[in-house]
Amino acid sequence: MEMKSLRMAYGEALVEFGKTNPDIVVLEADLGKSTMSCLFKDAFPDRHFEMGIAEQNMASTAAGLALAGKIPFYSTFAVFAVGRAYDQIRCGIAIPQANVRICGSSCGLSDFGDGKTHQSIEEANIMCTIPGMTVLSPIDAVETRKMVKATLTHKGPVYIRVNRNDLPVYTPVEGDYEIGKMYRIVEGSDVVIFATGAMVWKSVEAAALLKDEGISAEVINVSSLKPLRKSEILKYAAGKKAIVTADESTKIGGLGSAIAALIMGEVNLPFEQIGINDEFGTSAHSYGELLEKFGLTEHDIARAAKKALKN
Amino acid sequence: MANEAVIRELKAIALQLRCNVLEMIGTGKAGHWGGSSSLAETMAVLYFHSMNVDRNNPKNPERDRLLLSKGHAALIQYAALCELGYFPREELQRVKSLNGLLQGHPDLTVPGIEAVTGSLGQGLSLGVGMSLALRLDKIPNRVYVIMGDGEQSEGQLWEAAMAASNFKLDNLTAFLDWNKIQATGRTEDIFSIPDLDRKWAAFGWEVLKVDGHDIGQIIAGINQAKTIKGKPTLIILDTIKGKGVSFAENTPTYHNGIFDEAKYAQAKAELEAQKETI
Repeated sequence: MEMKSLRMAYGEALVEFGKTNPDIVVLEADLGKSTMSCLFKDAFPDRHFEMGIAEQNMASTAAGLALAGKIPFYSTFAVFAVGRAYDQIRCGIAIPQANVRICGSSCGLSDFGDGKTHQSIEEANIMCTIPGMTVLSPIDAVETRKMVKATLTHKGPVYIRVNRNDLPVYTPVEGDYEIGKMYRIVEGSDVVIFATGAMVWKSVEAAALLKDEGISAEVINVSSLKPLRKSEILKYAAGKKAIVTADESTKIGGLGSAIAALIMGEVNLPFEQIGINDEFGTSAHSYGELLEKFGLTEHDIARAAKKALKN
Repeated sequence: MANEAVIRELKAIALQLRCNVLEMIGTGKAGHWGGSSSLAETMAVLYFHSMNVDRNNPKNPERDRLLLSKGHAALIQYAALCELGYFPREELQRVKSLNGLLQGHPDLTVPGIEAVTGSLGQGLSLGVGMSLALRLDKIPNRVYVIMGDGEQSEGQLWEAAMAASNFKLDNLTAFLDWNKIQATGRTEDIFSIPDLDRKWAAFGWEVLKVDGHDIGQIIAGINQAKTIKGKPTLIILDTIKGKGVSFAENTPTYHNGIFDEAKYAQAKAELEAQKETI
C-alpha cells in the first residue's frame, strides 16, 4: 500500500489553490515546518503571516482577515489550534460564522514521541460541540487535498484534523470531496464499521482479518465528523447485523456517541465503540505502539465486530 | 484644529449618544452606563467626523472599521449606529430583548458592527487581521479598536500589541478608555497595571494621551495617528467612568447598574440640562 504524508498534502494544496485564489492567506505559529504550511510561505510570502508562538492572537487575527474578505488557513498542532484558542474560535470565529479554516496538525496520538501534552485526543469532539462548525478528518493525503479545495467554496468555519504520520491512500484522485458525505472504502454485508482518520486504515485491515474468519465487514469513511448525516448512517447500517465505530479520540463525545445519538431508538443493532478511554496519551517510540496500548489496532476493531455480531 | 462649529456639533452628538444609552438602559434592568458614557465623545468623533462612514451602505468596502474590544459598552456603539440611520430608532427600546435586533454584546447581525466581541482581550487581534487584509488589498482605509483599561490584564491583548508592531500596522489605531474603574472596583485596586503608556511604547507603539471628553483633543489625536508611519498608534483616552450623570460618575456601581425611576429621572434631567449649555 502506498503511504503518503497528509500534512505535505495540506501544504501542497494551499500552494496549488493559492495560485488561482488570491484570497487564500496562511497563518502559522512557528510550526510551519511540521504543518507544512511553510510551502505556502515559500510560494506566497506576502500572503503568509508568521504569528509567533501566540495561538490566541493567531485565531482572532484569522477571524479579522476572514471578516475582511480573506480565506485564512491557520495551522499548528491540533492540541494548540483548538485547546489554546477555544474561546477565540467560539467568540471570534464561530459566532460570526467567519470563513476561517483551522488545520489541527499532529492530531490524535500521531505525535507519538511528544507525549500527552502534545497528543490531542479531545479537540475534534470539542469542535463538534460548537454551533456552525464543520469538522473534517481526512483518511489520507488525497482526501486532505480534496478537503482543502472543498473548503474554498464552503460558507462558515471549518476545522480539519490532520495526522502526523504517512498513511495508506484509499481515496481516488478523481472527483471532488463533498462535505457531509460518507465514503465506502470496503463493501460488506454482516457488520458496518464507521471510522474516521487513521482508524479507517485500521478498519480496512480489520475487515481483511474478519474476512479470513468468514465475516463480511463494510468500512465507511466518516471523514466529515460534522455535519454528520443521519441519512448516510441509515443507508450504510441498513441490512447489517451490527455497528462498530472507530475514531482516534476520547470516547466521550466522539464518533461513537455522535452516531449512537443520531440513530437511537431507530436502529436497534448491537453497537461497539472503538476509541480512547477517559485518559491522556503517553510517549512512545512509534505510532503503532500507541495504537496498541490504547486499543486502536485492527485486532481491537475485529474483536469489537465479532463481539457485536455475537450479541 | 477643528473649528468651533464642528466641535459644538460633535458635543451635541455625544450628548445625544448618552441620551440614547440611557434610553436603552431604561429603569429596573441592568445596563453598562459607566463604560458606555466614558466613550461618548470618542464615538461621536469617530462616527461623525474622523472615520469614513457610508450612511447608505454599512458594508461599503472603502469604509473605516471600528471594533469595540470592550464589547460590554455596546450600547454606546448602538447609540451611534442608530444616529447613522443603520436601524430604526424603535430598536433602542428592544435592546437585549428576545425579538430585538440589538444583542447584549456586539453581533454581526447589527448593521455597522464589524466583529463579535465581548469576551475581553480579543478585539485588537481582530483589528490586526482586518488591518492586514486592508493592506494586502491596498485599500487605504483605517482600523480603529477601542479597549478598556480593566481589559489590559488580558494576555492576548499583548500578543496582539506585539503582532501589530511586528507587522508595522500604521493603518491601525487603538484607543484605551482609561476610566480607571472596572466591574468590581477601582482598576488600581483590582489589578494594578502601572505605566500603561510606557508599556505600550515598549511594545513598539506610538503612544498619545488625550482628554477623552475633549472633542478637539480627540480629533487632534486621531489626525496625528494618521501621520505616524511604520507602527501602530495607541491613544489613551483620559476619561471619567459614567460621565454626564453626577451620581453615576467615578463609581463601579453603574458599571452595569440599574436605574430606579427616581435615578432615571434625575439622570435624564441632568443630560437634558447639558443640552442647554452646548
